[in-house]
Amino acid sequence: MQPNVTIIGAGQAGLQLAASLRELQHDGHIMLIGDEPHLPYQRPPLSKAYLLGEAQEAQLALRPRAFFEKYAIERRPGRRALAIDRQRKIVALDDDSVVPYDQLVLATGARNRPLTVPGADLQNVFYLRTLDDSTALRGTMAAAKSVVVIGAGFIGLEFAAAAVKQGLDVTVVDIAERPMARAVSRTMSGLFQREHEKLGVRFRFAAHVLRLTGEQGRVRAVALADGSELDADLVVVGIGVIPNVELAAACGLVCDDGIVVDEHLQTSDPEISAIGDVALHVNHHAQGRRVRLESVQNASDQARCIAMRIVGKRVPYQAVPWFWSHQAHLKLQMAGLPSPGCEEVLRGDPDSSSCSVFLFCAGALVCVESLNRPADHMLARRLLASHVQLAPTQAADSGFDLKSLL
Amino acid sequence: MPRVLFVLTNGEEHLVEGKVGDSVMQTAIDNMVPGIIGDCGGNCSCATCHGYVDPEWIEKVGPRTEEEVLMLDGALRVEENSRLTCQIKLNDELDGLVVRLPISQI
Repeated sequence: MQPNVTIIGAGQAGLQLAASLRELQHDGHIMLIGDEPHLPYQRPPLSKAYLLGEAQEAQLALRPRAFFEKYAIERRPGRRALAIDRQRKIVALDDDSVVPYDQLVLATGARNRPLTVPGADLQNVFYLRTLDDSTALRGTMAAAKSVVVIGAGFIGLEFAAAAVKQGLDVTVVDIAERPMARAVSRTMSGLFQREHEKLGVRFRFAAHVLRLTGEQGRVRAVALADGSELDADLVVVGIGVIPNVELAAACGLVCDDGIVVDEHLQTSDPEISAIGDVALHVNHHAQGRRVRLESVQNASDQARCIAMRIVGKRVPYQAVPWFWSHQAHLKLQMAGLPSPGCEEVLRGDPDSSSCSVFLFCAGALVCVESLNRPADHMLARRLLASHVQLAPTQAADSGFDLKSLL
Repeated sequence: MPRVLFVLTNGEEHLVEGKVGDSVMQTAIDNMVPGIIGDCGGNCSCATCHGYVDPEWIEKVGPRTEEEVLMLDGALRVEENSRLTCQIKLNDELDGLVVRLPISQI
């Protein structure tokens, strides 16, 4: 008899694990616990198509309702796991029920880092992570005029692109000196700033938010440390996330900025694994650094890696990281992981908004950021997976055929 | 309801029923057809739903989308009848569509 698998967290990672187990003919019991009431759904459209009303809730479901019955994946929607008892191998839920496990997988994800300045609890201050967040924001956006986005990361910029499309006056504020500063190269930041400004987005960089001021309980303005005040009848906050490690930490698993796992994604208890946004893992493509990756790719590939292990095909997690962010006409795709101090090599014409930045670290290709150049992205994934040596001069030469190396 | 026949490289066949308006990729993953991954959820961003449309159906499924052409340019094992199946939406005329899958998506 194959092990019973209990999964806490019904997002991309949890759902993919359940599906992959069945695809691999796993015949043990599968229980998928999630604290949201919805069918497991896709998050990327929440800051784009769904927000703009171009996609509806039913289209976001990762699998239809009938799928779960057909493949015997038991769900506990709207239920929160409260505690893990590792001796008895059970999980206690918030409806006083307990769920047993042979293998437990934590796919608890992350939550939004809250803004802590005075006024952060005013009405019309939104975050964007869940379907309910996006639904609430969508309703308020329709009547809003001017929005201040706090945080120029992926979520902030995807929202900004959607908001200007709806005719809102948009200002993006960030403590850093450039957009997506922690995630992309200076060159790519510069291109995104230029293109967003063309769309009408205004930026305030190196800006510290002091407080939000309101009228009758509703946000009215955002006050910055330099004394300026930005009018806003809507504020959207995207200042990063906090991994949901509490459940793991409370039962004694080793945690840091995430649940610490080994190359097989096992925690300090071999019967408990962690995957997705919450998993702090040694990444093969990060020069052996321990990282936590917030991406669909990481969630899905880690889920598949664990599914293989549970059915008896133990392989370390080695997938090439990749990521995408669509912001209006800007389609950013990234392969690999950047690290500090990389050499930036440009391929293509930045003025045409179609180019890639190849990042080299100690002479080796580590990451490729592509803007509206999907073929470069696809080839970059293959180059990184096969560890083929590419010279910076070859990367810079648009006439050089990357395929010739594969 | 349009049916789609997926054929794996080992000859294994999966005949599944789809819904009008769903993509061929979604139809495959909803029915656990091995070999179609579709991680990006149909955004034409991952190229893990690559399939070969049988020649007799190639006209009926319509041309590749602009983005799909660019993604396929960098993908593996691309043939004349290669498609990213997230970009093919099912309709009643596609009942019986035959899609062969590559040996691997990555």
